[in-house]
Amino acid sequence: MSSHPHLGQSKTAHHITHHITPVKTYRIIFILLGLLLFATVLASELPLSRSGHLIVAMTIAMIKAVLIVLFFMHVYYSAPLTWVIAAGSFLWVGLLLAFLTSDYISRGWLHNILGK
Amino acid sequence: MHTPSTSTAPDSGRQILLSHFDDLEQQNLSSTLGMWFFLVSEVMFFSGLIAAYAVYRGLSPEAFHLASRHMDKWWGFANTLVLLTSSLTMALAVRATQTGDRRAIVRNLLWTAVLGSAFLGVKVFEWKAEIDHHLFPGKHFVVPDHDEEHLKEYLEKTDGHVDPVKLEREKGRFQLMFVLYFFMTGVHAFHMIVGIAAVVLFALLTHFKWFSGYGQTQTESLGLYWHFVDVVWVFLYPLLYLIE
Repeated sequence: MSSHPHLGQSKTAHHITHHITPVKTYRIIFILLGLLLFATVLASELPLSRSGHLIVAMTIAMIKAVLIVLFFMHVYYSAPLTWVIAAGSFLWVGLLLAFLTSDYISRGWLHNILGK
Repeated sequence: MHTPSTSTAPDSGRQILLSHFDDLEQQNLSSTLGMWFFLVSEVMFFSGLIAAYAVYRGLSPEAFHLASRHMDKWWGFANTLVLLTSSLTMALAVRATQTGDRRAIVRNLLWTAVLGSAFLGVKVFEWKAEIDHHLFPGKHFVVPDHDEEHLKEYLEKTDGHVDPVKLEREKGRFQLMFVLYFFMTGVHAFHMIVGIAAVVLFALLTHFKWFSGYGQTQTESLGLYWHFVDVVWVFLYPLLYLIE
C-alpha cells in the first residue's frame, strides 16, 4: 500500500524505473541466436555418435532458449518472482523427463532380478 | 467498473492505473507474471509431447533417424531464422512501447506478423511435400521401400536375422515419428496462428490509440507469448529435423 512506504515489496515497486533494453543488445542477441542456429546445423553433419549428436543439439537449443528467455523475454531485468517462475518451468520439465526415462531405462533390470 | 487513478491525456504515454494496484510497476509485474504462469502450463503441455518423443526415439532410434531424413533441414534452418527474426521485431515492438514511438510499434508488430506468416507458408509447403509422399500417418501412409530395406539391415545387424514381428514394430515406430512430427508442428502452427491474429489486432489497436499510454504492459505480455512460441521451435527443430 502506498500509505506504508517502508514495506519491502511496495518500496521497491515504487522505485523501479522500467528498464529499456538498448537496441544494440537485441541485435547482439539476435546475431548470437543466428550463429548458434548455424552451429546446430553444422554440428548435425559432424561424425559424432548418435547420443553425441543429441547432447550437442540439445545443449545448443538450451543456450538459445536461455538467451531468448533472459533478453527477449526480459527475465534478466525482471523481479525475482519472474526468475523463479521461469526457472521452475525448466525444473518441472527436467523432473518429468528424468523420472520417465529412468522408468524406461530400468524396466529390463527388474526382469533380471526376478531371474526370468 | 474501474476508476483510473491516473489521468491520461492522449499520447501522454501514461497507462491507466487500475485501482487495485499500488503503481504502474506493480500492475506491470502482475500482468507479466500472469502471462508467465500461463506459459509454464504451456511448457508442461509441450513437455508431454516431447516426453512421448523421447521414449519412442529411445526405443527405436533407427526408425526415428530414417523418418527424420525425410525432413529438409535447410528449409527448417531458413524457417527457424525467419522465426528468430520475428522475435527480434517483436522485441523491438515492445521496446517501442517503452520509448513511446507509436509508428515503430505498429511497424515492428506488422513485420512480426509478416514473418510469422512466412514461417507458416513454408510449413504448409513442407507438409504438402510430405503428404504427397504418403508420409501423413493413417490409411494412406506408406513406408518407403529404401527405408524398409534400411530397417531390415538394421535388424539383421543387431539380431543376426530379420524378425517379422520386430520389423512391423519398427515400421510402426517409423510412422509414429510422423505422428509426432505432424502433431508437434501442427500444435506449434496453431500457436503461431493465434499469435499472428493477436499481433495484427494489437497493431490495429495501437494505431487507433485504443490502449492507454502505448500499451506497454499489454504488448509486453503478447511479446512473452510470441517469444515462448519461438523457444518451443528452437527445441522442435533439432529434435525433428536434425537426427543424424
